[in-house]
Amino acid sequence: MANTLFDKIWDRHVVKSIPDGPSVLYIDKHFIHEVTSPQAFSGIEKRGLKVFRPKQVVATADHNVPTKDQHLPIKEYLSRMQVEKLTENCANHNIELYGLGHPYQGIVHIIGPELGITQPGMTIVCGDSHTSTHGAFGAIAFGIGTSEVEMVFASQCVLQTKPKSMRINIEGELPPGVVSKDIVLYIIAKISAAGATGYFVEFAGSAIRRLSMEARMTICNMSIEMGARGGMIAPDETTFEYMKGRRFAPVGAEWDRKVAEWKELVSADDAVFDKEIFIKAEDIQPMITYGTNPGLGIAVNSLIPVAETIPDEGERKNLEKALAYMGLTGGKSLIGMPVQHIFIGSCTNARIEDLRLVAGVVKGRKKNEHVQVMIVPGSQQVARQAHEEGLDQIFIEAGFEIRQAGCSACLGMNEDKIPAGEYCISTSNRNFEGRQGAGARTLLASPLTAAAAAITGVVTDIRDLPPVNS
Amino acid sequence: MEKLEVLQSRFYPLPAENVDTDQIIPARFLKATTRDGFGKNLFRDWRYLNDNEQTPKPDFVLNQPQYSGQILVAGKNFGSGSSREHAAWALLDFGFRVIISSFFADIFKNNALNNGVLPVQVSEQFLTRILQLGPEATLTVNVAAQTVTIDETGEQETFEINNYKKTCLINGYDDIDYLLSVRAEIQEYENLASH
Repeated sequence: MANTLFDKIWDRHVVKSIPDGPSVLYIDKHFIHEVTSPQAFSGIEKRGLKVFRPKQVVATADHNVPTKDQHLPIKEYLSRMQVEKLTENCANHNIELYGLGHPYQGIVHIIGPELGITQPGMTIVCGDSHTSTHGAFGAIAFGIGTSEVEMVFASQCVLQTKPKSMRINIEGELPPGVVSKDIVLYIIAKISAAGATGYFVEFAGSAIRRLSMEARMTICNMSIEMGARGGMIAPDETTFEYMKGRRFAPVGAEWDRKVAEWKELVSADDAVFDKEIFIKAEDIQPMITYGTNPGLGIAVNSLIPVAETIPDEGERKNLEKALAYMGLTGGKSLIGMPVQHIFIGSCTNARIEDLRLVAGVVKGRKKNEHVQVMIVPGSQQVARQAHEEGLDQIFIEAGFEIRQAGCSACLGMNEDKIPAGEYCISTSNRNFEGRQGAGARTLLASPLTAAAAAITGVVTDIRDLPPVNS
Repeated sequence: MEKLEVLQSRFYPLPAENVDTDQIIPARFLKATTRDGFGKNLFRDWRYLNDNEQTPKPDFVLNQPQYSGQILVAGKNFGSGSSREHAAWALLDFGFRVIISSFFADIFKNNALNNGVLPVQVSEQFLTRILQLGPEATLTVNVAAQTVTIDETGEQETFEINNYKKTCLINGYDDIDYLLSVRAEIQEYENLASH
């Protein structure tokens, strides 16, 4: 009997199960972008096929687009070709494309929810590991490879083995200065970057219930950074309130019918999970990473671990390698360490609430003269709203550089890169070697911690930032 | 997809843990629109100094002439991070058909299998044992028997693979062939589910 949130949705989408093999899982929504789709289009074309259910596919250009002068042709040849290929493929296969210049363009995991395309109970895939973001609505959403993109093009299904189930319960009140990014960095530091591999995670508990939809998205977004196939949160009034009136959300009687259906999407009281983890919200501090995977994180005011004290040889070597790459020393604090760059953006933290958090810190202040601050709204709609609220003016007065929507310096695919050896406090999701540019050193943190460092020029505990004019 | 039944080969040892797909193929090399040619940028930033193909880093395993083969043996949590299938394409294009590790990230595992690259999960102890071998040692991976053997000593471990994927790999079938064969059932599901 299906009694977890995950099982309820999974069971409804299994077309058939292969004995001693995976299940044929039906996909409700398929998001695509320019980088992981071209080979899938050419794959089905080679077989003489058209996209099977084009109306269930939504495309945008985000990974490989410039964040300056988007109205001009893309300067770099290969990037231009890749984006043009997406346009051509979408036209050939009748797929809706929110490309550069479209008012709905933006990072794929930001536009799906803001347009009301992402809905509770759905199965959602995209050729991008951060597809887990959409799980915040109580959907089964996960990243797939290009061969699987091709499968969905050909059949609107993927072959998937059912993952194990995990619930992470966070109860209590978050301390001041702690936001959802800190929750997820705390979890990953606790269970490691592979701590949830093989599992699909449900986040639950009173601390999760109190979070806004955008804060929930930040947590589900980084499920993959603990190795999970995806993360999800049961839909509730917060979810319905966020969705109501959005561009593609149901309306009228259909809305009422859907909400009634969505209210059933909760794990039963007696639901059994393969693994459960319990966390006290009070224990969570503002977090920052010091290493080269998202599991290497600490409370911003604590000390970097010392490699010699780690008994496991593999882990010790791993830490030594990470600290050498980062130019950091075990046993030291990061507080007060100068940084050269601040990146505020990505599918993790580039929604309007993230920009409001940053604006709240920097209003009436100027950035430190030694740091460069780049702020990249997650979508055209986020950028417009920021403008309407006057946030852009706050950023300009602070000396931030505001860019146009895209994945930008999160993955260093376009020209937005951090130079080798320099430090960047980033609101993105990965601190891998070279992720933000060859040799770049990334410290992952919340928008609040990033904003505090933008003002001081050094790693700062947001709780110690003096008020304006003090 | 090229089939894989039995592979006897030398291997490249890469004991690092948490080798993420950004290391396997950095994002700046993902601009191509075909599946070909990614092997030359495999482990690009570990392989070359200052991103210059003229200056290989001599201490990186792929640059050491004593190593060869179609098997890569890596530390735990191989293939974490980004879902980019380009990582599997780069490994295959370089010539790898089997990756041995004590733990794999989920998406990478699927991507590898979908390209006929077999992820073989072994115990920590067996991994350590393999990494102790010299560059001339060979391993035999038998897909049907689900075994990996150190040829010089006969030490052996079995590995997991579901029967469906095993059949695909041995015969060179891919998942799309299968899904196309059940399209009628998919349409029936759509009608019933009134999607």
